[in-house]
Amino acid sequence: MNQLLELLQKNARQTDAELAELLGREATDVTTELAALEKDGTIMGYSAILDQERYAPNNATAMIEVRLRPERGGGFDRLANRVASFPQVKSCFLMSGAYDLLVIVEGDDIREIARFVSETLSTMNGILSTATHFQLKTYKANGLRQSVPGELERLPVSP
Amino acid sequence: MSLDPQRHLAQQIQKIPRSGIRDFFELVLGRDDVISLGVGEPDFSSPWHIREAAIYSLERGETSYTSNLGLLSLREAIAGYVSETFDLRYDPKSEILITVGVSEAIDLAFRALLDPGDEVIYHEPCYVSYNPSIALAYGVPVAVATKPENDFSLKAADVAAAVTPKTRAIILNFPTNPTGAIIDRKELEAIAKLAVEHDIVVLSDEIYSELRYEGAEHTSIATLPGMKERTIFLHGFSKAFAMTGFRIGYACAPQVLTEAMMKIHQYSMLCAPITSQVAAIEALRHGAGPAEEMRQAYANRRNLLLTRFADAGIPCFAPGGAFYAFPDIRATGMSSQDFARELLDEESVACVPGDAFGPSGDGFLRCCYAASTDSLREAMTRIGRFYRKHIS
Ligand SMILES: Cc1ncc(COP(=O)(O)O)c(C=O)c1O
Repeated sequence: MNQLLELLQKNARQTDAELAELLGREATDVTTELAALEKDGTIMGYSAILDQERYAPNNATAMIEVRLRPERGGGFDRLANRVASFPQVKSCFLMSGAYDLLVIVEGDDIREIARFVSETLSTMNGILSTATHFQLKTYKANGLRQSVPGELERLPVSP
Repeated sequence: MSLDPQRHLAQQIQKIPRSGIRDFFELVLGRDDVISLGVGEPDFSSPWHIREAAIYSLERGETSYTSNLGLLSLREAIAGYVSETFDLRYDPKSEILITVGVSEAIDLAFRALLDPGDEVIYHEPCYVSYNPSIALAYGVPVAVATKPENDFSLKAADVAAAVTPKTRAIILNFPTNPTGAIIDRKELEAIAKLAVEHDIVVLSDEIYSELRYEGAEHTSIATLPGMKERTIFLHGFSKAFAMTGFRIGYACAPQVLTEAMMKIHQYSMLCAPITSQVAAIEALRHGAGPAEEMRQAYANRRNLLLTRFADAGIPCFAPGGAFYAFPDIRATGMSSQDFARELLDEESVACVPGDAFGPSGDGFLRCCYAASTDSLREAMTRIGRFYRKHIS
């Protein structure tokens, strides 16, 4: 387990100096390690985690189960990569079980996603079927809980 | 007409002074702008799997008394944990007593051991309950000061100098609240030899033993030659598993001692709450991962605090355990009390004055780093500013 990455995953806005302080290391040392992790692709990027229900309450998210016809040689890879290339596809995973790909799609509203599924995704060669599930409410996303009840105040001084 | 305390209150109670922590607590209370490094407990809630186990237990209707000793399944889980973690073997049927926190276990142990006038040696600065618990059991508290030049670790020679024919018990607490100090194995061995030589019982409060940093080692004195038969091993769930509010702990000791403590416990407490006992079983079965995550968070904050103390020029030794730092503020010429009060007034930061843990803590502050990194950073900026202003 990389301590530095664990801390960064909790809060990527900490400065190298702040990270160094928590780790008991030199800031320059942290800078060097992060540069190396970025260079070798372990760190793919840094992004803000938004509460979508505040930021874009009308946005829609769908999880789409997709069944594919495997191809000789490449298996699912070629088709899966084609599906993953659409910008509205936020995540795309090959799954074990009853279907092959789990595709997570975001759109401005439900209709936009419906259009993407019926006109684009399901008409692609090699796609056997799709099943679309719309997300209704978020309780936890990115490891963070939505609207948690306020925490009890602790005593300010205790033995 | 109100009661005359002189006439109606027990002498024993009248003699016990108000706790210094409570005095300070009242100063802080009612101010909502304060950043507090004054707590003595984790800033985490108990891990969810533990809370969930407690809820499930309530759903199943588990709301009864348990055996006086505590649920056998919990005692068995404790026997396994103590064996694995401390290399100590206790019989869950007769040598483990589940208590309402280590607090109750300390009280039981002293009441079980002491006759009026018996002396108990404790090291100081220390957890606030030791001295009064000894006194409430009609014992005589004998403080041995630990010294800043030893990073507040205990020296066997100082213990030896305090032993008299009346010494019946020694209570040890490493890692220590309030200093974070740990003890050298050599010193522990020498103290064990003293205990055997003088036929003294040792209470070992190891409540912070999981919270150690930078490879600090921990040995339970009960593992040393001749010690298991004369040690009351005290441990609980409050710190490592962040379960302070569950009020659950335990004592492991030879059967005669367990029986003696049990005699008091069965009449004064009957048993520890069953919900907390069930939660404790869950903590022992599946709590290692979450506990290690919390320990790691404390380790990061400890680094932060030590860096900031060094930057501010405030001397502070690197504590091996617990979640406290004990910086030295003697260069300001202020007493701990004055420093803490003025720090609260001028900078709205609460740290507990070191002498709340015994006179030998004067000149120091207890800073608890079980707090968010944001508040630790802000608190350290303010403490640094205050220190600079008062040092010249
Ligand atoms: C050294 C020490 N022993 C015992 C206790 C009491 O713990 P419990 O919550 O198990 O009663 C504390 C709590 O602060 C402590 O610091």
